[in-house]
Amino acid sequence: MFEWLQDPNLQWVLLGTTILGITSGMIGCFAVLKRQSLISDAVAHAALPGVCLAFIVVRDKELIYLLIGAVIAGYIATYCIQYIVQHSKLKEDTSIGVVLSVFFGFGVVLLTYISNNLAGNQSGLDEFVFGQAASLSSQDVQIISIVSLVLVTVLVLFYKEFKLITFDPNFAKALGLSYNKINNLLMLLIVGAIVIGIQTVGVVLMTAMIIIPPAAARLWTEKLSVMLLLAGTFGGIASLLGTYFSTLALRVATGPVIVLCEAAIFFLSLLFAPKRGIVYKNWVFRKLRRSHKNQQTTRKHKVI
Amino acid sequence: MSYEMWIILTGSLVGVTCGTIGCLLIIRKMAMLSDGISHTVLLGIVLAYLISQSLSSIYMLIGALIIGMLTAFLVQFLYNRGIHTDASIGIVFTSLFALGVFLVSIYARQVHLDIDHVLMGEITFVPWNRLTLFGVDLGPQAVWMLGTVLVINTVILIIFYEPIKISSFDPVLATALGINVVFIHYLLMGMVSLSIVASFESVGSILVVTMLIVPGATAYLMTKRLSTMIAVSAMVGILGSVVGYAIAYWFDVSIAGAMSVALGLIFAIVFILQLIIKKMYQRSHRGKIHVT
Repeated sequence: MFEWLQDPNLQWVLLGTTILGITSGMIGCFAVLKRQSLISDAVAHAALPGVCLAFIVVRDKELIYLLIGAVIAGYIATYCIQYIVQHSKLKEDTSIGVVLSVFFGFGVVLLTYISNNLAGNQSGLDEFVFGQAASLSSQDVQIISIVSLVLVTVLVLFYKEFKLITFDPNFAKALGLSYNKINNLLMLLIVGAIVIGIQTVGVVLMTAMIIIPPAAARLWTEKLSVMLLLAGTFGGIASLLGTYFSTLALRVATGPVIVLCEAAIFFLSLLFAPKRGIVYKNWVFRKLRRSHKNQQTTRKHKVI
Repeated sequence: MSYEMWIILTGSLVGVTCGTIGCLLIIRKMAMLSDGISHTVLLGIVLAYLISQSLSSIYMLIGALIIGMLTAFLVQFLYNRGIHTDASIGIVFTSLFALGVFLVSIYARQVHLDIDHVLMGEITFVPWNRLTLFGVDLGPQAVWMLGTVLVINTVILIIFYEPIKISSFDPVLATALGINVVFIHYLLMGMVSLSIVASFESVGSILVVTMLIVPGATAYLMTKRLSTMIAVSAMVGILGSVVGYAIAYWFDVSIAGAMSVALGLIFAIVFILQLIIKKMYQRSHRGKIHVT
């Protein structure tokens, strides 16, 4: 049963996607709790112009340059979103929509500019945006692992601060913490987690990896530490299963299958999670109704 | 009409259709739902193709309409289960999109759907895909489709203008006045899905999102009246497509992308002007005590 694990290429892909699932699940928790999960969508879309500009400047498809370009563009996108919200009457969701669509449109323009004017073929850049897990090389996985390790370490080191600005920003300010600095660091973590994943699963599906595992974990627990661990576990399991199904059973693109696995985990959580699950809520509701009926009947007897 | 005129006309039609609907989405704080629907429409198109086995526009319109409504319904369902709007939009649209991409990659050999094509759009080919009726050449198919949707939207908007306005700004008052708020919500979602699908084939999903959100956002910065906002938004949509075509022509780049960039520039200019006016207003009122 496990002979498929012998394939070295598959091993790398499996390792890469699993690490990615764990990291994005953990870091996504803060985005979801701050109700800014759609910012991750904007960041993922903003990676396209970043990657293209990096390619135009360096003229090289080396992953590390593309990643740096994507991080810078993603960070500028988050900054623009916040700036528009602070300096106009536009709400956050509109601001996200404006930034997302314009950045991506600009990216498409750059992509066509590269393919028309620079002789180099831009097919690799296309893949970078739409995701191509099967093409993960050992070097890519090494970069993903190192970046993930750095991101998770920073997350653990600043856990207290992040927790504070997520749940009670005013208290954090009162304690003398610089809200902006910590928030920027958190945004940088989110941008980093998204950028290392885009190449594997693509722009839209990366958003799913940031949002779905934390949302599922949130249904199971009230504690942030437990939520982080659960979200990481969900993300990791979904990536493992998704990669397994896609490369062996179904032979289709890996990204969508991983996301469908995550969606399945979320759906099961929605049904069966304790206290917040639909099954539990219905059960409590039935129990209440029954006890209410009993009370009513006893009351009637008393009246008679 | 010349080739360029048809493309600009198509872009402008998308601008007007999406611009008007976009205003309603923005004042209802549902801008990102349009981004979600514009992605899930892919699933509708794929399913419509798999069931009907034809690439006819009408099946795609129906499939996408159903999936668009389903997206809105699922987001509302999750929201009622205690998940915040942003997360529920994120969960629903990515999952349905993943299902769409999954189906495309399974039936890749049969479906003539290219994801790149769907996302980037090929407005360039619009003038060649013509509608002929009784042997008479009536012009590009996309123009007719967009025109029809625009007429439908305008009629609905004129009939339901007051209920839509009241339920957007004050749902509680609307309910008290006997307006069916849920009906209005899904009516609007239906209009959004229709507009997205009609625009989708010609300009790709990314320009649809831009056309839905950016003109409305620009107009929102300029006025406080809903009727003015809708008119301004439609005009910004047209301006964006004309300027965008010019940019695309000069730099030889993607037309849909250039139209997005043009709209972004218009938004940026209005945003900066708005900042300057606010600053000037503050300066002129500094130190003055208002006695009322």
